[in-house]
Amino acid sequence: MGELLIRNGFVFDPLQEIKGDRMDIGIKDGKIVETSALKNPKAIDAAGMAVMAGGVDVHSHVVGPKVNVGRLFRPEDKLFKSPLKRCDRMEMGFSVPSTFKTGYDYARMGYVFVNEAAMPPLHSPHVHEEIRDTPIIDNAAMPVFGNNWFTLEYLKNNEIENNAAYTAWLLRATRGFAIKVVNPGGTEAWGWGLNCESIHDPVPYFDITPAKIITGLIETNEFLGLPHSMHLHCNNLGNPGNYVDALDSFKLAEGYTAKNAFGRDQVMHVTHVQFSSYGGDSWRNIDSQAKEIMDYVNAHDNITIDIGQVTLDETTTMTADGPFEHQLQSLNHLKWANTDVELETAAGVVPYVYSPNVKVSTIQWAIGLELALYSSDLMRTFITTDHPNAGPFIRYPRVVKWLMSRAARDETMKTFKWLDRTIESTTIDSIDRELTLYEIAQMTRAGPAKALGISNIYGGLAPGMDANVAIYALNPEDMPSDPDMIENAFARCAYLVKDGITTVKDGEVVAEPAKRTVWVDVKVPENAQVQRDIYEHFLRHYSVGIENYQLFEAHLHNPRVIEVDSTQ
Amino acid sequence: MKTVTITLANPPELYLEGQNITPDNFAGKKAAEIATLDVWEGKMKGPLGKYFTVEGEGGATAADTKIVLRGDCTRVKRIGQQMTAGEIVVEGNADMYIGGWMKGGKIHVKGNVDSFCGIGMEGGELIIDGNAGHHLGSSPRGEWRGMQGGLIRVAGDAGNDTATFINGGTIIIGGNADIHVSTHGEGGTVIIKGDAKGRVGGQMVKGDIFVYGTIEYPLPGFQLVGEVEQEVDGATALFAHYIGDLGERHPVSKGKTVYANIYTRL
Repeated sequence: MGELLIRNGFVFDPLQEIKGDRMDIGIKDGKIVETSALKNPKAIDAAGMAVMAGGVDVHSHVVGPKVNVGRLFRPEDKLFKSPLKRCDRMEMGFSVPSTFKTGYDYARMGYVFVNEAAMPPLHSPHVHEEIRDTPIIDNAAMPVFGNNWFTLEYLKNNEIENNAAYTAWLLRATRGFAIKVVNPGGTEAWGWGLNCESIHDPVPYFDITPAKIITGLIETNEFLGLPHSMHLHCNNLGNPGNYVDALDSFKLAEGYTAKNAFGRDQVMHVTHVQFSSYGGDSWRNIDSQAKEIMDYVNAHDNITIDIGQVTLDETTTMTADGPFEHQLQSLNHLKWANTDVELETAAGVVPYVYSPNVKVSTIQWAIGLELALYSSDLMRTFITTDHPNAGPFIRYPRVVKWLMSRAARDETMKTFKWLDRTIESTTIDSIDRELTLYEIAQMTRAGPAKALGISNIYGGLAPGMDANVAIYALNPEDMPSDPDMIENAFARCAYLVKDGITTVKDGEVVAEPAKRTVWVDVKVPENAQVQRDIYEHFLRHYSVGIENYQLFEAHLHNPRVIEVDSTQ
Repeated sequence: MKTVTITLANPPELYLEGQNITPDNFAGKKAAEIATLDVWEGKMKGPLGKYFTVEGEGGATAADTKIVLRGDCTRVKRIGQQMTAGEIVVEGNADMYIGGWMKGGKIHVKGNVDSFCGIGMEGGELIIDGNAGHHLGSSPRGEWRGMQGGLIRVAGDAGNDTATFINGGTIIIGGNADIHVSTHGEGGTVIIKGDAKGRVGGQMVKGDIFVYGTIEYPLPGFQLVGEVEQEVDGATALFAHYIGDLGERHPVSKGKTVYANIYTRL
């Protein structure tokens, strides 16, 4: 590792509130340093280009069993869509790309950190094996808690301390990163062929409401002081009229403030909010309630969201929200995979075609963009496509283009078969806002890093942070008149430096620096009750023994541990 | 129309991947240029001229180009894959994937072909004088959008899994068909002039199947609803009419439920 000087670029670093100043960035031994600390650096000339920290993705399904089910049952996703060998490993697939393609494509877009959105705890070894096989990018993975029997039992009895001890144990057993909650209670109800359609529907047998699961997990999260907040996929996702349920869920965060040592301000991250912002009461009269949703989010700074933008592609939906996938399959009649994960969760996978010829698809497209364009704080509103649910992550540059250019939105809307109905049912046509490069940097690196509680390592360019720098061939003083140039620039960065190593040059991967697995190790006081509960459940209910359940060190690839001490 | 004749002079030891043998790729090229097109023998890429002698030249467009293949092409796959126009004549046998993902034009194979021929076909004509293997006019692996259009005519027999996920177009089999015909079909027509082994129309939503001979093991999901006279492939005959697959979802159009139809000749 040597020294590197990135010279004369327009630097965008929202964590330091640097808004396109012409600056040099110094790198030494894989860390950002003051330029005065360099002796004889190699230089990268970034004149006329935008310099940002490496991208941070807050929510993306890239590794693990349900992604792999998607890969296995969609061979057509690879047919004629797999480029010839360009890097060390084969790349294939479109909406569910191979692990290798995932790593390379993220790197080509200038991303360095991707948070796997849902890890079934029982299958954590598979998740970690795929993390190992995803080159370049650092990964974390969030185990799902919202339908876990332990969690439901503790929270029903208001045993936050016990739930916290269990959470700490499970994060360690799975080498997980944060508390993910998918359709709280609803996925467990799916085991009875039911669902929890509102946050007040009780879960069968456990007799606890989703509302109580959500508040209980917020309390657990803040009790432990984890880097990230509770990360929520709302109940009644994807159904007309569900914005009411989303707002009900948001309101549960009222009165809670973040307690942590990681610079995180929110207590609830609500993911792919596009899928939770629907008005109307049927697919015929579905409309956008993005304004309502964002009015609430803008006024409450203990919530962050990501948009889950529909990209109008043929893609593969996959979620731990089992009942939702069943419903989707009965709408589109395509193939469906469904699984139950013992005491923990479930999952479903269904291919889906978001078409410009389908009214619901184009309304969904408009809603995602509206969420971002109505946001008054882009440090709390992040770009995602809920990859691959609303579209593949390789479309982030296109989402950026739509957000930065009204002309690009108009161009896309021209292709809509139901343009009038889309304009009637949404407000997208009345929005002229065009986001700036600074705002894009907030949405794609600084904001997500802060929300994940890793903004001391990722998402910024302050001395001491990891030397992850993405350079895009875009001049903020002379932005291209053709919005497609914005998409092209973000799709293939001019340079990506990861850990001080030039990884991508002119949009091509030129090196594969070591990737890491980021996980959170929480120290909690000894808890005999929880240890006994864990022992009992594994004895009576799990199909595997406790010794085989916990991740073996051999599965863990190049770990970076974030330590939390909650005993203080 | 200009004709390019390629003759297999040095047969491959393995099988040859010949997806570049299409009027689209040959159009506008002279013999020497055509000889430089890529073909693959296993993982080894080589020029077409290593295996074939090339005579003649392509027309200005694909539609203006006819390709004649001579020699024993039993080990040549993917002839005419994704072709949009023009004509291909194979004087003898050919291997798998002939006319796969074909969009237009015509392919005439004078001998037998192996499996996956006419897979994912969208248009054009595929004529086979001999027998065809399995998955004739079927959907590619995993794909739910099978044959969309065009015509496949096989003089001899077909293997199993003909017309899986068929959405449109017509397949005419002169001889017998093995198990699984039009599985998951949502349109299109399959005509079997001989016998069908069984599992005909399983999970079929929409579309037609005509069987002139017998279905050895008919599916219980189809119900006899009457006798009809139908014109099929230029001749009129009397058929027993079955609807189904009753275990599958069926769309409603203009107040009437749409079923798949199986007709067996009386």
